Amino acid sequence: MKLLSRKATCNSHGQDSSYFLGWQEYEKNPYDEVRNPTGIIQMGLAESQLSFDLLESWLAENPDASGFTRNGESIFRELALFQDYHGLPAFKKALAEFMEEIRGNKVTFDPRNLVLTAGATSANETLAFCLAEPGEAFLLPTPYYPGFDRDLKWRTGVEIVPIQCTSSNGFRITESALEDAYQLARKQNLRVKGVLVTNPSNPLGTAVSRPELNLLLSFISAKNIHLISDEIYSGTVFSSPSFVSVMEVLLERNLANTQVWNRVHLVYSLSKDLGLPGFRVGAIYSNNNTVVAAATKMSSFGLVSSQTQYLLSAMLADKKFTKHYIFENQVRLQKRHAMLVRGLKNAGISCLDSNAGLFCWVDMRHLLTSKSFDAEMELWKKIVYQVGLNISPGSSCHCAEPGWFRVCFANMSEETLDLAMQRIKDFVVSTATKSSNTGRSHHLSSKYSARKSLSKWVFRLSFHHDSENER
Amino acid sequence: MGFENPSCQLLSKIATNEQHGENSPYFDGWKAYDNDPYHPTQNPNGVIQMGLAENPLSFDLVEEWIRKHPSASICTSEGVQKFRDIAIFQDYHGLTEFRNAVARFMGKVRGGRVTFDPARIVMAGGATGACELITCCLADPGDAFLVPTPYYPGFDRDLKWRTGVQLIPVICESSNNFKITKEALEEAFENAKKSSIKVKGVIIANPSNPLGTTVERETQITLVNFINEKQIHLVCDEIYSATIFSRPNFISIAEIIEEVECNRDLIHIIYSLSKDMGFPGFRVGIVYSYNDAVVDCGRKMSSFGLVSSQTQHFLASMLSDDEFIDHFLKTSSMRLAKRHQTFTSGLEEVGIKCLNSNAGLFCWMDLRPLLKEPTFEAEMVLWRLIVHKVKLNVSPGFSFHCVEPGWFRVCFANMDDETLEIALKRITIFIQATEKNQM
Repeated sequence: MKLLSRKATCNSHGQDSSYFLGWQEYEKNPYDEVRNPTGIIQMGLAESQLSFDLLESWLAENPDASGFTRNGESIFRELALFQDYHGLPAFKKALAEFMEEIRGNKVTFDPRNLVLTAGATSANETLAFCLAEPGEAFLLPTPYYPGFDRDLKWRTGVEIVPIQCTSSNGFRITESALEDAYQLARKQNLRVKGVLVTNPSNPLGTAVSRPELNLLLSFISAKNIHLISDEIYSGTVFSSPSFVSVMEVLLERNLANTQVWNRVHLVYSLSKDLGLPGFRVGAIYSNNNTVVAAATKMSSFGLVSSQTQYLLSAMLADKKFTKHYIFENQVRLQKRHAMLVRGLKNAGISCLDSNAGLFCWVDMRHLLTSKSFDAEMELWKKIVYQVGLNISPGSSCHCAEPGWFRVCFANMSEETLDLAMQRIKDFVVSTATKSSNTGRSHHLSSKYSARKSLSKWVFRLSFHHDSENER
Repeated sequence: MGFENPSCQLLSKIATNEQHGENSPYFDGWKAYDNDPYHPTQNPNGVIQMGLAENPLSFDLVEEWIRKHPSASICTSEGVQKFRDIAIFQDYHGLTEFRNAVARFMGKVRGGRVTFDPARIVMAGGATGACELITCCLADPGDAFLVPTPYYPGFDRDLKWRTGVQLIPVICESSNNFKITKEALEEAFENAKKSSIKVKGVIIANPSNPLGTTVERETQITLVNFINEKQIHLVCDEIYSATIFSRPNFISIAEIIEEVECNRDLIHIIYSLSKDMGFPGFRVGIVYSYNDAVVDCGRKMSSFGLVSSQTQHFLASMLSDDEFIDHFLKTSSMRLAKRHQTFTSGLEEVGIKCLNSNAGLFCWMDLRPLLKEPTFEAEMVLWRLIVHKVKLNVSPGFSFHCVEPGWFRVCFANMDDETLEIALKRITIFIQATEKNQM
């Protein structure tokens, strides 16, 4: 008899995907400015290290939150014993208000409809358990976050059917793509229980547009299915168009307290907006009381540490702080984003126009030797091993077109980002040099000046190549 | 027939069935308490909570430690330089210092008789999460685990609810102090076989909840031989391992497998700091497996319930303070012993016996003499009387799947001395009144 379960021995956790393999390679040879300057630079981790100083100074000014005290009195006992899956009321209130603030106070959230979970990872799995049977399916627009394969499918037995989005329209969700996905599920005998979108999108870095949100609501209404909106990056929108939550659109369309209202659920977390992935703070928000009740009971499998709830309840209740943090963090994200875009452009590489997230969706189709995923893998391996950058290949995000890569920009110092840009540029130059010097060996003895003169020529070459593809 | 969903099927079966177990009568007692909680001054006639297995008796030690070690917190001025590294740390291997400290602590609790490899420590969302995780790794939907009765009601939810796995009881009886016997194990296994149910393993709690007894060496050897012969798993929930307050000593499965030949790939331990340290709020669940594939898979699954890095850091510091931990374990044990003694002798004075126990945060109280008849209906009647008239929330044996009516689990550690005295007084009055009525 087989010793372990099917879940333990299958591949559904998704960790054999290139997304995670790149991480492993990075771990074997991590870049360090001093100790390992030729190591791999991690650009596959969607984390923000940009605004810790703001958190640290808040902590310095608020000693109570730090050491299990309230007004100087120890509340250790209260926190150590607190395991109520309804969550610390003060924390849920503060979190609900924080979420409202990010949405410009255009929606209100009732803390009683908020369910706390151990990170968004747990929130997404819990919703899958609540909304679907094993063998049923969710539709997800591609490209999507690789972790969804594990979070939505692994232990739940639920399936994912892709809604194919393409570069022809900036990867926007279209009515035909939705319908095609639904029909594809039917052909596979999969009952569709809902659609899950990430807004702003990972890996695209774009806020989902109002027309798309309207389209989604009409679609789920017609098909009588759910909509999960993972809004984990909602606080990272750094330029226009501003973030529009699906909750806002529901109100605009006067859909409050309708059947559709009961089938829209949000997922949130503080891992991206506050840069606290280690604290495992996730949440589900639903207007559907049955979902809230079921999810609350399920949250027993992954509650948020009371110590962490207490700390964050104090932090998020400080409205002056949160307002300043959200604003300043977005300013810093915008700056970093601009830096990455500029650096890539300098190497003849363009990105999808984006206004959110901690990454860019980078177009390297012109660097592929052929229009295939094999070529994408070939290019990816070169970038990881030769260039020394761990970036995420589009195939790991289930992108329908080869040649796209997700590149993170907020998880390293400015200097490291600079170095990464330089490495990319060198790589592009040397690739162009190789391809233009067929048969002739070329020694770049005076590397810098030789590169400089070549780069203009290369830039013109690749730019020309680009315009051919845009036809 | 279209694929559109009728609204009654909008949610999953799991979301709408009763398998979370929260509508069981067991929770009525909690509701009674929530509606009318005892307070010495504000509500002296309220319900006293004796259904909660919590251990706050030694918090004063922890509070003192916290005051003396501000750097254990990443938020104090002494500890804040670690803030960003910790806040960003979400590696499912856990902080190295945390795993090391937990492994060390587990070894200490076992008197240093065995050591634990930090590389086998897998985090989970409390023991609740750990139980579900190990089940997911070892069993497919429809498979079963054998579990000795009486057992912790939460197992029904943790092991079965979202996993689709079944629990088959191994009947234990008061005639031999509820010990697990080979015959009972074999019978349960055969019953499963007859129903074409695949048994994947046995799960026990040692020390036992609700019995409060440690599982003897002989019984554990019987268990190991049983699972080894059948090549099925043995999961030992050792969550109460540091609540031993009198002889016999606790013997961990980790010690047994040093003496007895068995396939170690079948042995797994569940642990948590919720009972031994009294930290249920911190959600520190641990799966310790001797099976490499289980550690590997479990680690990936732990993503669904990692321990907050803030908490990992705090506990790494505390648990590796040898002097403090030695003092804490010793003191905690003494205080539990005293509580247990006070409570059981108080009960004895009015002729109520408890199962002889040496561990846990509760007694397994024998109220069979008070039953009108030896049925579960009578047990329910008695229970409601105790909750609503005597105003004590105790837990009826039925909710622990006990096969004999009349047993109740009563917690003694989760209140202060005065409240315990009042509880005993109420019981005394109740017994005396009952005797008077019977005369």
